[in-house]
Amino acid sequence: MAAASVEKITQNPKYQELVRSRASLGWMLTVVMLVIYLGFIALVAWNKPLLATPIGGAITTWGIPIGLFVIVSAFVLTGIYVVKANAKYDTLTRQIVEESK
Amino acid sequence: MSRLNALLLGACGALVSSAALADAVSGAVQKQATNWAAIGMFVAFVLLTLGITYWAARQTRSAAQFYTAGGGITGFQNGLAIAGDYMSAASFLGISGLVYLSGYDGLIYSVGWLVGWPVVTFLIAEPLRNLGKFTFADVASFRFSQTPIRVLAACGTLVTVAFYLIAQMVGAGKLIQLLFGMDYMWAVFIVGALMIIYVTFGGMVATTWVQIIKACLLLAGASFMAFMVLVKFGFSPEALFAKAVEVHPKTAANGVAGANPSAIMGPGSLISNPLSAISLGLALMFGTAGLPHILMRFFTVADAKAARKSVFYATGFIGYFYILTFIIGFGAITLVSTNPEFLTDPAKGLAAIKGGSNMAAIHLANAVGGNIFLGFISAVAFATILAVVSGLTLAGASAISHDLYATVVKKGKANEQDEIRISKMATVVLGVVAVVLGIVFENQNVAFMVGLAFSIAASCNFPVLLMSIFWSGMTTRGAVIGGFLGLISALVGVVLSPGVWEAALGNPKGSAPFPYDNPALFSMALAFGGIWLFSKLDTSKRAAEDRAGFLPQYVRSQTGIGAAGAASH
Repeated sequence: MAAASVEKITQNPKYQELVRSRASLGWMLTVVMLVIYLGFIALVAWNKPLLATPIGGAITTWGIPIGLFVIVSAFVLTGIYVVKANAKYDTLTRQIVEESK
Repeated sequence: MSRLNALLLGACGALVSSAALADAVSGAVQKQATNWAAIGMFVAFVLLTLGITYWAARQTRSAAQFYTAGGGITGFQNGLAIAGDYMSAASFLGISGLVYLSGYDGLIYSVGWLVGWPVVTFLIAEPLRNLGKFTFADVASFRFSQTPIRVLAACGTLVTVAFYLIAQMVGAGKLIQLLFGMDYMWAVFIVGALMIIYVTFGGMVATTWVQIIKACLLLAGASFMAFMVLVKFGFSPEALFAKAVEVHPKTAANGVAGANPSAIMGPGSLISNPLSAISLGLALMFGTAGLPHILMRFFTVADAKAARKSVFYATGFIGYFYILTFIIGFGAITLVSTNPEFLTDPAKGLAAIKGGSNMAAIHLANAVGGNIFLGFISAVAFATILAVVSGLTLAGASAISHDLYATVVKKGKANEQDEIRISKMATVVLGVVAVVLGIVFENQNVAFMVGLAFSIAASCNFPVLLMSIFWSGMTTRGAVIGGFLGLISALVGVVLSPGVWEAALGNPKGSAPFPYDNPALFSMALAFGGIWLFSKLDTSKRAAEDRAGFLPQYVRSQTGIGAAGAASH
C-alpha cells in the first residue's frame, strides 16, 4: 500500500473509530473469556469440592451448570462480537474503503 | 443381537483413559469379526466423497483453487467445515469414553477445546483473512524478512501436522481394526490412499466438502444418540445422573451403590496439580489458535466478514457437540455398563467394556439404535478420521509448496503450475510418510502426540502470529528466536514430562525431569518473552524496516484494503 494512502486512511476519523472500538471490544471479550475459563480451571485445580457439591438435595452438582455456563458463554461472547461487528464495523469499513479511493 | 455379540466378541483391550487426553486410540486391540453394515455405509461415504473429488478436480486448476477453494466457500459452509476439521474421532470417542470412565473429568477437556474459538474470533480471524492468501505464514511473515519467518512457520506447521497425523493414523488403524474387522496394515493403507486422492485431485474444494459432510453426519448421529438417551430418562438429566451414580463403580462406597456421587459428578483425579491444570488449559485454549490446518480454513471464504461468521457457526456446532458427548458418556454408563452383552466379563462391570472405554459411544449406538445405527456410527467415526487427516495433509503440503518452495527456494517467483505440482507431490510424500509412521508406531502409546501438537501450536505458531498482527515492535530476529524457543521448549518439555518419559519411554516412576504433564505455561512464556526481548535488542537495519512495515500492515489488517478477494469463477 502506498505511504500516502496509508496516511490518508489513518487520519480518517472513521478509521480511528473503527480501530479503537474493535480493539477495545476484542480485547475486552478476550479477557472476559480468559477470566471465565481460567476461573473454571482454578476451581478444578483448587476447589474440587465446590464443583462436586449437589444442588439442593439433588444428584446434579454445581459443576454441571458451571461447566455448561463456560460452554454457552463461549458461544454467546462470540455472538456478541459478531453482532456488533456486523452492525458497526462493516459499515465503517465500507465507508473507509470508499473514502480512501 | 446375538450376532452382534459375536461381532464384538474378542474386542477386549487396554484402550483406557489416556487416549481421551490425546485424540488417539492406544494400546493393544484384537481384530474384530467383519461388520458388514458398517462397511456398507462406509463404502457409501467413500463413493460419495470420491464423486465430489472428481467434481472438485475438474474445477481445481489454479493455486487459489487448490489451497483455498478460490475463496468461494460461504461463512456457514466454512463454519461446518471448521467443525468437521476440528471434531476428531477422539473428541467423539475419546471424550465420551472419558466421561464413561470418570464422569465429570470429560467435561474439563471439552471446555478447554472449545474456549480457544472465541479468542480466534476476537483477535485472529479477520486480520488473518485480510493479510493472508494461502497459509498462516503469509500473515506471520507479512512485513518481515521472508526466508527466516517462512522457515520457522513451515517448521511449526510440519511438526504440528506430523504429530497430529501420527496420532490420527494409529488411532484410525486401531479403530478400523476394531470396528470393521480389518487388518491394521490395511486400515492404515486405506486411510492414507483416500486422503492422498482427496487432496491431490480435489485440493481444498474436496477437503472442504469431505469435512462438511462428515460434520453433518457426526452431528446428526450424536444428536440422535443423545436424544435416545434422554428419551429413556424422560428428558430429565437429573434422572440420567441419578441412574449413572447408582450403577457406576466409582460412586459405590462400602458396597453401597450411589453412596459417593461426587466421584463422577465432580472433578476427579485426572488433574491433580494446579500448575498442570493451568498449563494444560493454556495449551488447549491457545493451541486451537495456532493449528495450521484450522487457520488455513479462514482463507477459503470471501472476506473478513465471512471469516468472522464462520468461527461463530463453528463455535456453536463444536459447543453443541461437546454437550452431546457428555450426555452420550453418561448414557453409556447407564445403558452400556449395565448390559452384559457389551462387557467381556459381566462380573467386573463397567471397566470390562469390550474394546476399552473408547468404544463406549459405539456400544451405546448399538444399545439405542441397533445394528444398523451401530454401522452408521462406525462409518461416521471412520469418515471423521478421513476428514481430519485430509485437512492436516493439505496444510502440511501447503507449507512445503507455498512457504518453502515458492517463497524460500524460488523467492516468490515460482510458476503457479509448478507450485501446484510441488504441493501435490508433497501430499503424496506426506501421505506415504504418514502410512509408514502409522505402521512404525502401531504398538506405541501415541496418546501424548495430539497434546504435543497443541503445545507446539500454542508455543510457536500462536505467539508469532499474534505478535506479528498486533505488536509494532516485533522484528524478524525476535520472531525467529522467540518462535524457535517456543517450539523447542514445548518439544523438550513434552518428552521430559511424566506422560512420555515414564509412561511412553518406560523410565521409572518419578524420574521425569519435567514434573508437569503439559509444558505450555512455560514454553508460551519463553516464546512471548523471547520475541519481546530479542526484538527490543534488535538494532539491525532489517529491524527498522520490520517496524516501519507495521502501520501499512495494520491498516490492511483492519480494513482489508489490498487483501486478496474471492477468486472464484
